[in-house]
Amino acid sequence: MTTSTRVPAAQENPDAGTAPPHPVSLPPADTPLPAARRDILPLLLVPAVALAVLPFVSLPSWVTLTVAGLAMGMMMFIMASGLTLVFGLMSVLNFGHGAFISVGAYTATLVLLPMRSWLEMDSLAANLGVLGLAVTVAMVVTALIGWAFERIVIMPVYGQHLKQILITMGGMIVSEQLINVIWGAEQIALPLPASLRGAIFLGDAAIEKFRLLAVVVGLLVFAAMFLVLNRTRIGLLIRAGVENGEMVEAMGYRIRRLFVGVFAAGSALAGLGGVMWGMYKETLVAHMGSEVMVLVFIIVIIGGLGSVGGCFIGALLMALVTNYASFLAPKFGLVSNIVLMIAILLWRPAGLYVKGRQ
Amino acid sequence: MAHPNMPDTVPGPGAREPILTLSGVHTHIGQYHILQGVDLVVPRGGLAVLLGRNGAGKTTTLRTIMGLWKAGSGSIVFDGRDITKLDTPDIARAGIAYVPESMAVFSELTVRENLYLAARSGPLDDARVDWICGFFPALKKFWNYPAGNLSGGQKQMVAIARAIVEPRKLLLVDEPTKGLAPAIVQSLMKAFRELKDTSTTILLVEQNFNVVRTLGDSVSVMDDGRVVHAGPMHDLAGDETLQQRLLGLSLDSHQ
Amino acid sequence: MLVKLLSADLPRSRLLAAILVAIFLGLLFAPFLFSGARPLNTAATICIYIVLVASYDLLLGYTGIVSFAHTMFYGIGAYGIGIALASVEEPTWGIALAGLGLALVLTVLLALLIGLFALRVRAIFYAMITLAVASSFALLASQLSDFTGGEDGRTFSVPELLSPGFTLMESEVFGRAVDGKLITYYVVFFGALLLFLFLLRLVNSPFGRVLQAIRENEFRAEALGYRTVVYRVWANVLAALVAALAGALMALWLRYVGPKTTLGFEVMTDILLIVVIGGMGTMYGAVVGATLFILAQNYLKELMGHASEALAGVPMLAAALHPDRWLLWLGVLFILSIYFFPVGIVGKLRLRSYLKR
Repeated sequence: MTTSTRVPAAQENPDAGTAPPHPVSLPPADTPLPAARRDILPLLLVPAVALAVLPFVSLPSWVTLTVAGLAMGMMMFIMASGLTLVFGLMSVLNFGHGAFISVGAYTATLVLLPMRSWLEMDSLAANLGVLGLAVTVAMVVTALIGWAFERIVIMPVYGQHLKQILITMGGMIVSEQLINVIWGAEQIALPLPASLRGAIFLGDAAIEKFRLLAVVVGLLVFAAMFLVLNRTRIGLLIRAGVENGEMVEAMGYRIRRLFVGVFAAGSALAGLGGVMWGMYKETLVAHMGSEVMVLVFIIVIIGGLGSVGGCFIGALLMALVTNYASFLAPKFGLVSNIVLMIAILLWRPAGLYVKGRQ
Repeated sequence: MAHPNMPDTVPGPGAREPILTLSGVHTHIGQYHILQGVDLVVPRGGLAVLLGRNGAGKTTTLRTIMGLWKAGSGSIVFDGRDITKLDTPDIARAGIAYVPESMAVFSELTVRENLYLAARSGPLDDARVDWICGFFPALKKFWNYPAGNLSGGQKQMVAIARAIVEPRKLLLVDEPTKGLAPAIVQSLMKAFRELKDTSTTILLVEQNFNVVRTLGDSVSVMDDGRVVHAGPMHDLAGDETLQQRLLGLSLDSHQ
Repeated sequence: MLVKLLSADLPRSRLLAAILVAIFLGLLFAPFLFSGARPLNTAATICIYIVLVASYDLLLGYTGIVSFAHTMFYGIGAYGIGIALASVEEPTWGIALAGLGLALVLTVLLALLIGLFALRVRAIFYAMITLAVASSFALLASQLSDFTGGEDGRTFSVPELLSPGFTLMESEVFGRAVDGKLITYYVVFFGALLLFLFLLRLVNSPFGRVLQAIRENEFRAEALGYRTVVYRVWANVLAALVAALAGALMALWLRYVGPKTTLGFEVMTDILLIVVIGGMGTMYGAVVGATLFILAQNYLKELMGHASEALAGVPMLAAALHPDRWLLWLGVLFILSIYFFPVGIVGKLRLRSYLKR
């Protein structure tokens, strides 16, 4: 039996039912669509801010400040991306996300401290090798803890936002205290590896080597997330799930299984961010994670809950604004975060990018 | 033409059995008792229509079948299997596809990605793509556009196309023509007519009787959370008094 | 008459009533029951925390709003008194009240702003925004050192009536000198009592019932004609005002204000722990919880210290029982309460009493 191969265009249909002709004329079914409009305004914010500040500072200072801002922004993005993705997909807000940041940093010391001698060698390869090992260990451990945390602490309170907030906060308090029990209550010093100390000079501008590394790592993480989300089946599932989890289930996918994986991945990212943050500050304290959480929340709010791209822009924006403001008007620098957040929310009340159903 | 992935079916012993039976299904949403004992029978093959005015419980019935809302009591039997207590993904895997009234397509994903996601049993090969585009030729044009950029009618086409990517025994469709221009409604109905000839059963929820009177094979009418009438379509279509009583409309051809 | 005083919100449990009476009497007669400065300090802190947590219960337990900005208002009240009294040579009641007045105005303005801006969004958003605002405020307070005394805070003298050197009577009463400290204590006690009774009246009024309706089912409340945003903003403002007044009392008692004691995240954590363990949405939960918490904070740590020394041979266990780690155990108790007795101690007592009938 043959099927018809054409859906008749509006004006050709001789018996358009018994309804009277529709007063509005329709384009024929084969009219090309307007090209997909990409929302590029937020993308322009970061370069816009950077360029806006240029007249007010000398070029070398500008370079230093911008790289510092980008570095901090990248680290914050790594720490925040897990939180926003977990929220977008699972509607779970993990107020204890900071715990994974701290745990990641402290776990890394299990590799970094015994292998101190390798870090003192002035060889980039040796240093990066040890760092890579430390980061891997940290990420594996935080992923495992994240997996356990999701199953034990969070799963019983799915859908109950109030309890989630309280319980995850409790989880963070307990983990910080446990860190003190296991590693002791004093600060742990984490000096930079030898080959990453100091700065390179572009003319008069000083660019710290570690910050450069942070920018590179951040870009790699973002690129990896972008590729996974846009080019793999799992990424497709995640993107669809963020938009409408119910529909994904109605298509036969057991989306709950995906949740645990995404949560563990988010925790691992937080761990990675923690290691880098710890090295950036060169000391570790148990509450380093919760210290940073306020900034992470601001970034997630600015970027839009559930949007990785928004999170990226938000992180860079916040770090740059803080750096520039602290340089130009130190007292204002303290509240620049809040001012930025309010400004963005006034422009787009749900953050830069809106994902899924609000 | 049958679905390229569908094995050649020989009418089995259950071929005369209804494909879906709801018995005494009650659904509560919060404090609201929406479904108050729904008895619904969907015959195998063809297109069954579920009519009723706003608030009668039609959407709730579909969502309950799909497991998105759990029935408080009663039973739902699909193709000989009790699916009342199953989770939504398992119900979908049993062979039921759902096309909701709104927010059916993933706006951020392209048309291609929407269909690709639906292809769970294997890669979306050309044979399948051609078969689907046989129903909706316009899809080929919007293949790489984000589904959110499409018009209402086009989105519905994508939603229905997506529902038939996998071979399905039952398609649940919720008011697909709502808010669409009559020309688009015509093309959708044509697609349904063609789908009927495959071995897929369709359960179509509609408010507009005119649209389905020549399309449906059987009809059930809901009111206040219960099915108040069920029978062959031509019986209802030919009986104006019955139509007025059940549907409360003066069913002029100008509706 | 007692029923009227408590706004008909009775304990509804013999055990609970007994505990409450014991706490009330203990606090009323604290200066005479215990000697020394430390018990009196504990008692005053308990009074203030009862009010602070009860005002938070208004938000969390009765209206269902999670806010992290509560300590900000507590701090504003404290700093209002503190800065006013610190900036003059001669501390007078006038100055103190002026400072308090300004603090209350600032409280209302901020509470309104935050409420109107953020209560229109989802609860999660609101929680995060309040966190961000509160930490910025705390940061600001510790940085504007000429004004606020920075990290170290400011000490100041209180009006003569309240100062320790002042004596009302020559002779002692029940072993206590009737000095400024005693008077300050009773100012704190009766101030806290009044504020608590006010909150009790508030939650048992029609206004309070609407708040609870909103907490249970906002959609329904809206459908019934209540403009939920208005009610939630009001709840926000009232809770903030009471918190600010509690802060003022604290400042008067300590004769000191500083970011750690008022604005720090530790205080917020303490409030959350108390309100959950004591029992959300009960008001009395704040009483029982605050008492237990402050007592434990002051006296349990000693116990832990002894235990930790005794277990010095087992390193992990000794570290876990170290008095500095008392928050660990509290955190575990907190998580367990959310799972196993979400109604808190007070709720549990009332349930037992109810089931016995």
